[in-house]
Amino acid sequence: MSVPLNYALALAAVLFVTGLAGVILRRNILIIFMSIELMLNATNLNLVAFSRYFGNVNGQIFVFFVLVVAAAEAAVGLAIIVSLVRHYKDSLNGDEFNLLKG
Amino acid sequence: MQSLIWIIPVAPMAAAIINGVLGKKLGKATGAVGILAVAISFVMALYVLAGVMAAGNHEGPLADGPFYQWIVSGAFNVQLGYYIDPLAAVMLIVVTSVSLLVHIYSVGYMANDGSFWRFFCYLPLFTFAMLMLVLANNFLQLFLGWEGVGLCSYLLIGFWYNRKSASDAAMKAFIVNRVGDFGFTIGIILIWLTFGSLSFTTVFDKASTVEVGFLTMITLLLFVGACGKSAQIPLYTWLPDAMEGPTPVSALIHAATMVTAGVYMVARMYPLFIHTPVTLSVVAWVGGITAIFAASIGLVQNDIKRILAYSTVSQLGYMFLALGVVVPVSGIFHLFTHAFFKGLLFLGAGSVIHSVEHAFEHAGVHDDPQNIQNMGGLRRYMPWTAGTFLIACLAISGIFPFAGFWSKDEILTGAFVNGQYALYAIGLVTAMMTAFYMFREYFLVFEGTPRFDTHHVHPHESPWWMVGPLAVLALLSLVAGFAVGAPPEHGLFRNFLDPVFAPVLGAEHPETAFVETLILIGASLLIAVIGIYIAMMMYLRRAWSPQAVSARFPRLYDLLYHKWYLDEIYDAAIVQPTLAFARFLWGFDSGVIDGMVNGVGALIRWLGQGLRRLQTGSVGNYALGMSLGLLVILGSLLLSGTFHG
Repeated sequence: MSVPLNYALALAAVLFVTGLAGVILRRNILIIFMSIELMLNATNLNLVAFSRYFGNVNGQIFVFFVLVVAAAEAAVGLAIIVSLVRHYKDSLNGDEFNLLKG
Repeated sequence: MQSLIWIIPVAPMAAAIINGVLGKKLGKATGAVGILAVAISFVMALYVLAGVMAAGNHEGPLADGPFYQWIVSGAFNVQLGYYIDPLAAVMLIVVTSVSLLVHIYSVGYMANDGSFWRFFCYLPLFTFAMLMLVLANNFLQLFLGWEGVGLCSYLLIGFWYNRKSASDAAMKAFIVNRVGDFGFTIGIILIWLTFGSLSFTTVFDKASTVEVGFLTMITLLLFVGACGKSAQIPLYTWLPDAMEGPTPVSALIHAATMVTAGVYMVARMYPLFIHTPVTLSVVAWVGGITAIFAASIGLVQNDIKRILAYSTVSQLGYMFLALGVVVPVSGIFHLFTHAFFKGLLFLGAGSVIHSVEHAFEHAGVHDDPQNIQNMGGLRRYMPWTAGTFLIACLAISGIFPFAGFWSKDEILTGAFVNGQYALYAIGLVTAMMTAFYMFREYFLVFEGTPRFDTHHVHPHESPWWMVGPLAVLALLSLVAGFAVGAPPEHGLFRNFLDPVFAPVLGAEHPETAFVETLILIGASLLIAVIGIYIAMMMYLRRAWSPQAVSARFPRLYDLLYHKWYLDEIYDAAIVQPTLAFARFLWGFDSGVIDGMVNGVGALIRWLGQGLRRLQTGSVGNYALGMSLGLLVILGSLLLSGTFHG
């Protein structure tokens, strides 16, 4: 027996909104970064679910690509976070990074 | 002869360029460059004169050729060329000789000036422009020279530009001349439209075929230009102010040459003017009224140079009077002699100012070195200047046998013989005034007891650089009259210029009886002597008190002293309204035009001030904004039913 599509979509929606809330509400830059990954993976889950539902393998292949790109993105993102933390004297508070404030 | 004529204007132009570019390095050598160049022009002018004399009675121009293709545009074709006839030859001699003497004089006069080289850049440049004007064989080249001398006049009046009065005077001269040139330009345009050519020969040939009314308009417009350049009423006000320039400039530009350009131009255009009796009477009356008007102002002025300036205006009026009463040769003759004695008067005045200024400075006196009331008895200190000045005074007063006698007498005789008795009377009264104010100046400056502190102020004779030209000009003022003017009506000068004017004037050339001539000469001599006598009684013998005379006619004295209030009238009627209008336009420009441009900028900035609050710099806010935006888009798509499609 297979899991109905709706369940998978509901789980993905919950994950996505959790990630979005994390991005919007949390201050710690690492948590924000993790939340972004969470949103990304919610999307991946959608892709896999639809792929299985339609019996088309393209979606799953696409997910592999997304995972690879996400890994690269994580490397770059973490590097940026490291240099930010150094620049702002050991602070991880995202609200302090407000150079773009008008 | 023809192949070398181009050297005459080009030599001073080369000097102006050399002195302008290398002036700072050359220093005093710029004086030598200028003198050399003008000397070359002078020699060439003599060569041209010899050529013209050798040609004898030759109708039309002896040489009328191009040496440079200037403008070609469709049917409009202008070449720089030369038009050589006796009239041009006379002008060439006057311009180059006076210019040469003034160049030499300036080496002494400007010796201590920091801008020596700049002076010797402008002066040859002026000579070049004046020679272009004289040599021109078409109207556009004439206009080129005309504007060129105007520019140099502006530059040289404002030579000491850090003096406010000098730069004001320069602007005044330029702007007033612009009024005249406006008429002149329209006149030239009308000539082009009427004749289809700007060449003198073509225009003169066709002159009789054009309708008189139209020709009158053209000549009147040309005369407006002449009024500006030659300082006639109502455009004369710039010339007295032009005395702010260095004195050699006043001698060369504002006495001997440039201001006579208007006279020369009218004489050159005589083939046009002769067909228009209306214009001729306008010329005569403007000249006559200017002559007596300016002379009346000269009677009471106290500035040594301003008296001479009003005298120049007055004498130029004489020349126009001569042109107007159809004795153009006499007008040119007066131009010729006037160049020498008025140049001499100015250079003499310069010598006085130079000496008195230094003496005052040395003694720590702060009196005005140009006010003749501060002088007196200078003959003992500067005998050469005094002697030459006296000769010039006698010449301008028209005393036999000095130069002015011959030319002025010819004009008065011409006016009388041609039936212009009113103008003759004006001329006669002017002659008396002239004699009076010149000798008033002479007595107040050189005779009597000094009115400065002789223990501390020690004027001395000017250097030979300056006295030399004075002596040469004095000699010319002495002999230039009878050498070429005697006997009256049949002198060398008249015979020389006859080929130019005889064909134009035709048969109307009334001969005067010998007795009549003698009576007229006697009258003008008598009137000059009366003028000198009054000046002598008032300022030398002190028998008649000048104060008593001015107290007797306070209104008249006040009117003359304030130059008929003409400057004030112009200021109130023209200058102030123009300035007010300009201020209004300025207000419109800065308020409305700039206001619109600045308003757009201010609006954008105000919007930016408001919108910058959106940029909080907080990542969370941006993320919220993006999500909300996405929600709105998705929501609207859902509601519009796109997904059910």
